[in-house]
Amino acid sequence: MHNKSVAELSRELESGKISSVELTREYLGRLKKEDEQLNSFISITEEQALADAHAADEQRAAGKATPWTGVPFAHKDIFCTNGVATTCGSKMLANFVPPYDATVTENFRKAGAVCLGKTNMDEFAMGSSTESSHFGATTNPWGLSQGEKRVPGGSSGGSAAAVAARLVPAATATDTGGSIRQPAALCGVTGLKPTYGRVSRYGMIAFASSLDQGGPIARSAEDNALMLNVMAGFDPRDSTSIDRDVPDYTATLNEPLKGLRIGLPQEYFASNLNAAVEEQIRGAIREYEKLGATVKEVSLPHADLAIAAYYVIAPAEASANLSRFDGARYGYRCEDPKDLMDMYTRTRAEGFGAEVKRRILVGTYALSAGYFDAYYLKAQKVRRLIQQDFIDAFQEVDVLMSPTTPSPAFVQGEKSNDPVTMYLEDVFTVAINLAGIPAMSVPAGFVDGLPVGLQIIGDYFSEARLLNAAHQYQQVTDWHQREPQ
Amino acid sequence: MQWDIVIGLEIHVQLATRTKIFSGSSTAYGAEPNTQANAVDLAMPGTLPVPNEQAFRYAVMFGLAVNAEIERRSVFERKNYFYPDLPKGYQTTQLERPIVGPGYVDIDLANGETKRVRIHHAHLEEDAGKSLHEDFHGMTGIDLNRAGTPLIEVVTEPDMTNAEEAVAFAKKLHGIVTSLGICDGDMSQGSMRFDVNISLKPSGSETLGTRTETKNLNSFRFMEQAIAHEVERQMDILEDGGTIVQETRLYNGDRDESRSMRTKEEANDYRYFPCPDLLPVEIDDAFIEAARNSLPELPDARKARFMEQYGLNDYDAGLLAGDSKLAAFFETTAERGKDAKLASNWVQGEFSARLNAEEKPVADSPISGAQLGDLVVRIADNTISSAGAKKVFEALWTGENDNVDAIIDAKGLKQVSDTGELEKMVDEVLASMPDQVAQYQQESDPKKQKKMLGGFMGPLMKASRGQGNPKLFNEILLRKLGT
Amino acid sequence: MTISREDIEKVAVLARIRVDDEQVSELEKDLGNILDLVDQLSAADTDAVEPMAHPLNAVQRLRPDEVTETNQREAFQAIAPATEKGLYLVPRVIE
Repeated sequence: MHNKSVAELSRELESGKISSVELTREYLGRLKKEDEQLNSFISITEEQALADAHAADEQRAAGKATPWTGVPFAHKDIFCTNGVATTCGSKMLANFVPPYDATVTENFRKAGAVCLGKTNMDEFAMGSSTESSHFGATTNPWGLSQGEKRVPGGSSGGSAAAVAARLVPAATATDTGGSIRQPAALCGVTGLKPTYGRVSRYGMIAFASSLDQGGPIARSAEDNALMLNVMAGFDPRDSTSIDRDVPDYTATLNEPLKGLRIGLPQEYFASNLNAAVEEQIRGAIREYEKLGATVKEVSLPHADLAIAAYYVIAPAEASANLSRFDGARYGYRCEDPKDLMDMYTRTRAEGFGAEVKRRILVGTYALSAGYFDAYYLKAQKVRRLIQQDFIDAFQEVDVLMSPTTPSPAFVQGEKSNDPVTMYLEDVFTVAINLAGIPAMSVPAGFVDGLPVGLQIIGDYFSEARLLNAAHQYQQVTDWHQREPQ
Repeated sequence: MQWDIVIGLEIHVQLATRTKIFSGSSTAYGAEPNTQANAVDLAMPGTLPVPNEQAFRYAVMFGLAVNAEIERRSVFERKNYFYPDLPKGYQTTQLERPIVGPGYVDIDLANGETKRVRIHHAHLEEDAGKSLHEDFHGMTGIDLNRAGTPLIEVVTEPDMTNAEEAVAFAKKLHGIVTSLGICDGDMSQGSMRFDVNISLKPSGSETLGTRTETKNLNSFRFMEQAIAHEVERQMDILEDGGTIVQETRLYNGDRDESRSMRTKEEANDYRYFPCPDLLPVEIDDAFIEAARNSLPELPDARKARFMEQYGLNDYDAGLLAGDSKLAAFFETTAERGKDAKLASNWVQGEFSARLNAEEKPVADSPISGAQLGDLVVRIADNTISSAGAKKVFEALWTGENDNVDAIIDAKGLKQVSDTGELEKMVDEVLASMPDQVAQYQQESDPKKQKKMLGGFMGPLMKASRGQGNPKLFNEILLRKLGT
Repeated sequence: MTISREDIEKVAVLARIRVDDEQVSELEKDLGNILDLVDQLSAADTDAVEPMAHPLNAVQRLRPDEVTETNQREAFQAIAPATEKGLYLVPRVIE
């Protein structure tokens, strides 16, 4: 049962072969047992899940089912869940139980889906390895099958690892500079970062507001489409949400790819790319050619500036977004503050981990008097140049393809003491967030037994086309079906 | 040495919207602490701002009223600093592209001149909450009901040269925002708060001196005192050969003292940057035209109309027209009383004095314009004397009775105006005071005569038990005494 | 680009994060490396380029002025570190 997709589970529930309560019990049993090794969940909400499963069965019996009614899944612990602890992987929010739902949370509730718990993540979504969580690192199930503790990627490493290990069929995630795509690639699952503004950010704890976007992680493109059907849509509570019709993303999955124009950004096939990874990606592109696509090389001339621009803009926005964690109204407060300054500085020194503090300090510095123009303003200008590169590229091609990461999953601890090396994990993903366009990571092979992800990048609001391209590839390959032992 | 005083103002005007600038929480004043502070206002994680259209409409109306350019594409910035009354750790405000651009206001001065004060810009921003410093076991209590209330901050050019001009400008601005209905103007509740920037320079010098900012003045009187106090402080320092430190000062009106809050060196580095949770706000022609069409009569236009329609002089018209509520009260009194001059005297005199004495806004007056109008009618038709009118006013004010004629009857204030009856009384009084009559008739100085005439009035009022019409008594006396 | 200890201490005060001497030394290295990385920006020719604050060229929607929130004080203060008489308590604020 745990190998079934969301689409399959939905059909089984509909046919009455299994009830949501049975399904939920089975998943919970497996989750509690298997997650000992992985630590992909911060909390498991067993009681609530069973109550929701009961309600889902009643809904279905009453003929009011959606495709999600009774289907188990999990939320990244960055989405606020009414009455359930929402920690963002931080000591700062270790005991924070919001009395409200994120819009994405609300959407899944309305659809009748059954949330099994909250998945682990890098603290405040700042990281590429899920090692910076206050609740301990998550382990990549693919490494374990080789007897090694490798990172699942991050920051949505909990969601990606849980889906890869079949603990849940699907999980929500967020992507600010690659946090959906990079862990999806490293865990051999499928993930989609939608166009900025497509999924509401309300109740999704902010890292960098102009870059953050929620999206799905599941094993297949089809399940991604089913998730996006629930997640996407206009939200009047988010000023940056776009008021634009949401198509049924499953409706166009089976369109033929004949004539699809694929561009390969030459800058993404550069020297820092692991040769074995490149070989897998080239292989995937040959599959696309067999499906009738045409391939040409394109250029994104400012690609090499993306990491620099990103590591100014994201920390700058974060430095302000995280000011609200001050010990005054909710969350952690240091013991016995002797005065106001002591409360602020000790609460934030004790409540935030090292990487979060580094980014707040970098962002504060980049915005401070005397540095604003050289860093923040300059980065905003470079951001436009990067966006223009993509706009130009999409004049020539329909989608861009590249590796998602330069190399497969690395061993835990390997990069955690060197922030800059860790930042370079995002070298192929951050530009997409700066531009605000959608992109996916699709399993495209293995190197030394570790998964490799193909990144498919599209123009604004081209999620349906990306899902179609990924789905067609998954009809002729089985990388996404492989299971870690 | 002679010094020139240079004054600029920053005025925080709380907008009278129903809800906050970025959330649907009520802005009603006086609620229990934190009952109007919701997820967005408390900066709960993941919450996001959505701006209130009415705040923009009000800001545009203000811009039009002060002859300003409206910014077609305005942007919000974050101003970063930590304070317990600022839940997000930043204030959402406007720096680079404020909604209201340069404009001006003309003020009337006591010497009859008109002066133009330029407005640099006005921007929209959110108010902070309140810190309550009563002792909670050595802690401070924070009430965030006010957090997120929309403000426009109006920033003038340093065009004022003394306290009188600054206060005249402040009052004019008060009149404009209350006439527009975009602010309730209640300064005691902090609906308008003034920061005054003051510097001195040697008379005639082109170079501006170092300025200080005195913050959060919440009455015209304190503003006037604070300016006088700060000018004197700076002058003392400069005359002693000292230098002024650029700093923010707090003025204590009750003690007429000020102290430094922070110097420029201690000033925060606010790290302004465009708020990524908000998009640029585009204001189109239709929005501006709709705002223009909704503009009510403003103080300048109203003053001109009062002069024209009611025959008031420049001074009276200016005073009554400056405050929309006072103007409305006056108009009701004048319409009902059918004597605009008398209505103007009573509204500016007894009525305003009483409000001031009790520190009440016009809205809280216990008497209505119609009641005062009824009183004006009875004064004008000689039913009561002005002394009697004051008694009626008192009874109305204290709520003893709400009907003017009923009060006159109950208190027996109706004047006797039957000339036959009055003549009889005069004859009797003059007959009882032959010496005084003789003295009066021998006196050649009309001034002294006039004074002596008063000597007969006392006995006459006594004889009429206070109800004789003094004007008629006067006429009869003059006739009988043969002058 | 190097960042001085003084800069780090100043920025830490602005960000209200306590750092001890040892941490300042670590941060000097880490922040210096990060700033080296972002200094690549200075090579870009951006003379005629408008800064980009948002990915989408969209305009702000405005909300009608209607009260949509109700009193939730109890729920919000249930998760607060310290409250009394409906107020959030913080160490004494001195103006």
